Amino acid sequence: MEKESIIEAHDLTVSYDKKPVLWDVDFKLPAGLLTGVIGPNGAGKSTLLKTLMGILKPDSGYVKLFGNKLDEVRKKVSYVPQRESVDWDFPASALDVVLMGLYAQKGLFKRINKADREWAMYCLEQLGMQDYKNRQISQLSGGQQQRVFLARSLAQNASLYLMDEPFAGVDATTEKSIIDLLQKMKNDGKSIVVVHHDLQSVNEYFDWLLMVNTRLVASGPTSEVFTQELLEETYGGKLSILSQMAHILKNLEIGRKEHEKI
Amino acid sequence: MDFLDLNFVWISLSALLIAIPCSLVGVFLVLRKMAMLGDAISHAVLPGIVIAYYFSDSYQSIPMLLGAASVGLLCTYLIETFNKVGRLQEDASIGVTYTWLFALGVVMISFMNDNVDLDQDCVLYGEIAYVPLDTLSIFGALIPRAVVNGSFLTTLIALLLIVGFKGFKLTTFDPVYATAIGISITFWHYLLMGMVSTVTILSFESIGAILVLAFLVIPPAIAYLLTNRLMSMIYLSMVFSLVAVILGYILAYKINSSISGAIASILALEFLVVFIGLQIFKILRRRATKVSYSN
Repeated sequence: MEKESIIEAHDLTVSYDKKPVLWDVDFKLPAGLLTGVIGPNGAGKSTLLKTLMGILKPDSGYVKLFGNKLDEVRKKVSYVPQRESVDWDFPASALDVVLMGLYAQKGLFKRINKADREWAMYCLEQLGMQDYKNRQISQLSGGQQQRVFLARSLAQNASLYLMDEPFAGVDATTEKSIIDLLQKMKNDGKSIVVVHHDLQSVNEYFDWLLMVNTRLVASGPTSEVFTQELLEETYGGKLSILSQMAHILKNLEIGRKEHEKI
Repeated sequence: MDFLDLNFVWISLSALLIAIPCSLVGVFLVLRKMAMLGDAISHAVLPGIVIAYYFSDSYQSIPMLLGAASVGLLCTYLIETFNKVGRLQEDASIGVTYTWLFALGVVMISFMNDNVDLDQDCVLYGEIAYVPLDTLSIFGALIPRAVVNGSFLTTLIALLLIVGFKGFKLTTFDPVYATAIGISITFWHYLLMGMVSTVTILSFESIGAILVLAFLVIPPAIAYLLTNRLMSMIYLSMVFSLVAVILGYILAYKINSSISGAIASILALEFLVVFIGLQIFKILRRRATKVSYSN
């Protein structure tokens, strides 16, 4: 079954200060999936999202979204930046921030009307944030701020969503409600790409994986690419250290339990 | 008490017509953490003012405005270039750029001193006391030129801000997201800096570079301490400016000092009162909660 590809990246190379952060990244992403981008810290996951979104210019290569250039389809794409990328002391309420999501469709010069407000409130409700609409954003918890960002993205009513670490600093209950919402969006035919850190939940959350460590290690259905071998290639030595640690801890625990038996 | 005369009206009105546009752009400068960039621009426009003055031979004509504003934007551009291309820290880039531009202006003034009515004192401190002397005839009424200019400036800045409010708000709060939805943050940045330059240029003659900076930064800073709504931050900074203009004029009248200096001092006093008041309020509230816990 060959699905229409929603993102095409061709030979993308991106660098900061002449140091390559992404090297020759090339993939096609089918539409209608929930995709995870995983890789170690500094592997270029956020850079990949920013390049797809046109925020960073690649040194070489190009991106096509919905088979077109970004500028022609920008209204169909929504981006959720990392929560730490803004100053939450900015004088605005949760509803103010969500209304910013409407600027993408309406432009900066049309008035926000009652229907827009109702739509923004609906988006807040989707994330269970309706009771906080007038709360100043610095008085929200990290998880609530993250949900405000997601509500702003929803307000864009896009077809493709690129989300940079939406689960960072979010408690388990919130994470569950966010992933439920993303599943629901996927079932409504949206495509979602999420930068993710927690390897434990990868299998459960994502249909497709982009495994990145400067180079693209793998792009494919989770069931095919989420393997020990590819993970080790993605995380280099780091994962083996982690698994060794886990092994050691497990052995220690067994030892302790046996000690208690005696 | 005879300070409530026409001089009082004209002088405070002209100060207020500078204070309001300063508050409007200052709120966004403070929220963008660019207060020092405002400082830089307010000084760096000097060579532009001198050159434009030399060629157009009058203050505050259109060529002068354009000339000086372009130097303000040049200053912004140089700071960004030193910072991004040269990898020099932003504060150092600001320090390098505006000092030499200002120095250049000072040197240019000293060369032109003989035939041009422009001097360093006027640039730094302004001559607001002389505002009522320099009048224009508008529909038969003699109105000080500073008041006419101020009305123009206030209208211009207020209009730009009303029309571009969402753009300024979004690019200040979340420039990355703004870029993602196709909004040029460079455009809004340079528009704001152009507005800062214009405010500075049209204000320097009456109130001088130092009070312009005080008006740009202190009222928004006070309002920032007091509110977490953008609109109330804007309104509050205008209120604090208004109070400072009136109290400052009275103070200057009583102790016979510079009006600009007195207004700036009152602004600083307002800031201190609000700052200390808030700290006391916090301590009292903490004590109140402690008491209610111990009960």
